[in-house]
Amino acid sequence: MGTKKLHELAKTIRSKNAGVDKITFDIIFKKKENYYLVKKSKVLTKESIAKLYNIPMERIADFVEFEPALAIKFTIYRSKPSGSEGEGDIYGCQQYAPLLDLEIPQANV
Amino acid sequence: MSNDTLKFLCPTGHLSTIPIKKGSFYLGVKEKPDFILADSGSDDIGPVPLGTDTSPNPLEWQKHDLELMLVESRKLGVPMIIGSAGDTGSNSRVDMFVNIIKELAEKHNIPKFKVGYFYSQVDKEYLINKLNKGQIIEGLDGRPNLTIEDINKTDHILAVAGVHPYIKALEMGADVIIGGRGSDCAIFAAPAIKAGFSEDLSYYLGKVMECASFCAEPYMGKESILGTISKDDVKVKALHPDAACTISSVAGHAMYERSNPNYEHVAGGMLDMSNCKYEQYDAKTCRITGPKFIPTEQYKVKLEGSGKIGERYIGIAGVRDPYTIEHIDDVIQWARDETKERFGNIDYHLYYHVYGKNGVMGDLEPIKEIRSHELCIVVEGIASTKEIAQEVAMMGLKQLFYARLPEVKGTAGSVALPFDEVLPAPPAYRWTMNHIVPVDDPMELFTVMMTVAGK
Repeated sequence: MGTKKLHELAKTIRSKNAGVDKITFDIIFKKKENYYLVKKSKVLTKESIAKLYNIPMERIADFVEFEPALAIKFTIYRSKPSGSEGEGDIYGCQQYAPLLDLEIPQANV
Repeated sequence: MSNDTLKFLCPTGHLSTIPIKKGSFYLGVKEKPDFILADSGSDDIGPVPLGTDTSPNPLEWQKHDLELMLVESRKLGVPMIIGSAGDTGSNSRVDMFVNIIKELAEKHNIPKFKVGYFYSQVDKEYLINKLNKGQIIEGLDGRPNLTIEDINKTDHILAVAGVHPYIKALEMGADVIIGGRGSDCAIFAAPAIKAGFSEDLSYYLGKVMECASFCAEPYMGKESILGTISKDDVKVKALHPDAACTISSVAGHAMYERSNPNYEHVAGGMLDMSNCKYEQYDAKTCRITGPKFIPTEQYKVKLEGSGKIGERYIGIAGVRDPYTIEHIDDVIQWARDETKERFGNIDYHLYYHVYGKNGVMGDLEPIKEIRSHELCIVVEGIASTKEIAQEVAMMGLKQLFYARLPEVKGTAGSVALPFDEVLPAPPAYRWTMNHIVPVDDPMELFTVMMTVAGK
């Protein structure tokens, strides 16, 4: 059973502010089968995200599988509000990169 | 109004971040909209504009976008509505926009019309009184409830308006409305509610339209969209010839900048989109039914506050020596320690953004080893005065240069400096409030006024 990288399966992988205290991540698929493949693989869960970003579970504010848009979405609390002193990403728009290469196991045919 | 439907033209999701694209806007004007509307502000831009009471976007771009909308709305004789004037929606930004409208009216010889405007700025005293009376000002997104200390740390406070001040201005006969800080979605919902459409569909209309072409595909900014509300549905149409509002783009947009795609909170209630149905109405238009607005028992208004941390200078350094790159944490620790030795007894902040290591993601960066052959370090020094901030940044920068590494081969300077000076940067501010305050009257924090423009 081979694997594919998340960026090969998703149409959009992005991050952006959700208000001043949170950053939200959207992984959007064009093809239904890719959405279900990733959803069923359980590679993306609250636990795996906490591990990937090295944050405690309490920092994950929301995790939603949103079928109308064929999307998986999660939101994390920032360590400081957006644009605070010492912060590197006011818009929160460059925090998604670690998701791109996640390995998704292919379903058995 | 006795119309069965109303049409709303929105040319931009945030006025003047870059100028509106005219082609699709004029296509929208041809559809004879009943309102031309746009939001002009955001908390996305960080706390500095509100803190310093300035607009980050160029004045000429603000004028460009207002001119386009004003000229066409006056030709059609339909209201033009702007929310969160001048990027923040503070009182000074509202005044600035009202003055621009007056100048533009004169420039284009527009016959006399009424300009309604409202302020959203909140006095500290008002909040202190609430706290003294034992009222709770609840923190959002994991923040603790508001304290007197939070208020004291804040320079400017804004209340985020719901539909009420817009409805009031329309009732007073405004042809143009310049709003202080407000919820994006209220700009659109207010005229629809005033015309008698359901809150369910009116708030949804606002939610889907507020970012203009971001609800269409392919990805395009600053292109106009047309929204239509009836008693049964909302339809949203992309006006750019190569764009379309599709089921996927419209449903997908519900997620944008929201932690949960099913719910949108506004002053006075919550929009529940979990039972929305999306249909492709025609090639460019999506039809939506099924949103539900759930009013809250207690009317609460969101507060935004920005407070000053200090004056700020930045310095820039580069590193190419592989041994120094490998020991960059020691180099920075040296500079921190030396800075502390000099400024240890005063309040200052010193930050290092290490590009090539984790400058973008900081602690969220999963890649721990440095894979780059060179690094860029941005040194951020903050203190109570410009003079001290400059000295802190300079010490933080220059001590990188003098860092003592035991086995380094290069002994004439540990970092490369593109210039020997540090640079003045905008002062540092912080979002001090993201809270909701209970009010007895939805208009308690907003004052609507009227003036006249044109000849």
